[in-house]
Amino acid sequence: MSTAVMENPQVAEPARARSQHAPIPFRTVVGVELRKAFDTRSGFWLLVAIAAAGVLATGAVLAFASNSDLSYDSFAGAIGVPMTILLPVVAILAVTGEWSQRAGLTTFTLVPHRGRVIRAKFVVTIAIGVASMALALAVGALGNVVGSGLKGVDTTWDLSPTSILYIVGADLIGMTIGFMLGILTRNSAGAIVGYFSYWFVLPTLSMVLAANQSWFEKAQPWVDFNFNQGNLYDGGLSGQQWLQLGITGAVWLALPLAFGLWRVMRAEVK
Amino acid sequence: MIIVESLTKTYGGFTAVDNVTFRAEPGRVTGFLGPNGAGKSTTMRILVGLTPPSSGSSTVLGRRYADLPNPGREIGVLLDASAQHAGRTGREILTLAQRTMRVDRSRVDEILDLVSLSEEESARRVRDYSLGMRQRLGIATALIGDPEVLVLDEPANGLDPAGIRWMRDLLRGFANKGGTVLLSSHLLHEIEVIADDLVVIGNGRIVAAGTKSELLEAAGTFANAAEPAALARALTGAGHSAELSLGGVRTDADTAQVGQVALAAGVPLTELRPADGAGLEEMFLELTKDNAREEVAA
Repeated sequence: MSTAVMENPQVAEPARARSQHAPIPFRTVVGVELRKAFDTRSGFWLLVAIAAAGVLATGAVLAFASNSDLSYDSFAGAIGVPMTILLPVVAILAVTGEWSQRAGLTTFTLVPHRGRVIRAKFVVTIAIGVASMALALAVGALGNVVGSGLKGVDTTWDLSPTSILYIVGADLIGMTIGFMLGILTRNSAGAIVGYFSYWFVLPTLSMVLAANQSWFEKAQPWVDFNFNQGNLYDGGLSGQQWLQLGITGAVWLALPLAFGLWRVMRAEVK
Repeated sequence: MIIVESLTKTYGGFTAVDNVTFRAEPGRVTGFLGPNGAGKSTTMRILVGLTPPSSGSSTVLGRRYADLPNPGREIGVLLDASAQHAGRTGREILTLAQRTMRVDRSRVDEILDLVSLSEEESARRVRDYSLGMRQRLGIATALIGDPEVLVLDEPANGLDPAGIRWMRDLLRGFANKGGTVLLSSHLLHEIEVIADDLVVIGNGRIVAAGTKSELLEAAGTFANAAEPAALARALTGAGHSAELSLGGVRTDADTAQVGQVALAAGVPLTELRPADGAGLEEMFLELTKDNAREEVAA
């Protein structure tokens, strides 16, 4: 009897520990990652900068646009440009902080399945993107109403829901590019430099080449992802344009993302 | 309980961890001792899934680390106190851990209190923390989930003497309540005072493992005489080992036997005591020396 009493607690001890803790739900991981996007100086000021740029852009349109240019498209477009450029940086920092700041040592020991953390980061990235654009469209609408009221012209709503969807889609692709570069480089500085090359250097080269070489002008839609992404802002893509977007997207976005993810799952976290 | 079995990690041709097997038992503090670069940190990283092993396995509380449903509630980990986002405050880092583990919000204040970080300090950003404060924050992160197992890599680094004493008491208390503690150090004396069990690693291999008393007993007896060589001869003549070293003779005979041999041989002793950590220390210095030589060669 006494041996049974002695043994029981030892046997029972690990069993109690095992049943006691429920698995961490995905929404908890998403919630924590959302918080992490705002709780550092860089993250906080980046989001403040995005909001400030939106308000400034609205002000600029109000101040400088001629009466005939005072339309919803001008407002939304002016707000959209800084957002298109800055939002991908949010995506980059969400990923690279784990490595550049080495916070991943804690993150990936608390949630040992890296795929869950990365998926949560992607959900947060897209959510921030959608929320920011909704805000931009709302601020633009407000600017449009106030602006046309002040100047005594008719309020023009010249942005169809379809073109709004195209713009949102294009910006989300931009954020996914940032996310991909973060995953691929795992380094804040490297990813941001890579992003601006991706965004400004490659398209310029491609444009110059297309202007000088007629063979490339024909080939461009089939190789230049940025070119096809740009088409989204104009809306109304043909079947062939969708195909070109899909092919270039697969090569310039999906493939490097898959390679980066494959490495992230296996790499050491130091 | 931590079980590490035949763990090996190679980087190209270099073997950082070589067939390492050991256990850390509940209710005991296990010291993981070895010179810098011996493979301690790599072993610990493999244990918590941050580094994939080349071969071998490890479990925590009977499960692979990746299979723990909420690891922070079962094992507290501190691998590098400086590995935190420098732009977050101490309190924010604890809040993130508290939310991930889904423990009560009040734990943040409780744990800040436990590691003696003040309200004002917790509101500062980690970039303005001293190494000692980062260690305290790291220990707080490890303890916030109220785990049964603690894994700490060089936790005494950067702590002042009072901090080291505090840490020792904390770990002792944790083990006395039935917890498992695995802590690494490259300082023998630091670990000698706190550990119950020792695992000594050098160049990726386990070179000694056992309870502290076993390892210390194995050290034998240290004696000295006016003529140490004569004493050594007498001991060897009586069938004991005798090793002449600086300032005396180390032997596997116990103190009473050495006294008898010396009396019979007419060699007056000037010193006679258990060798304590001397054997362990020599072994450890030997390891460190090998390591230092390698660095010079490279």
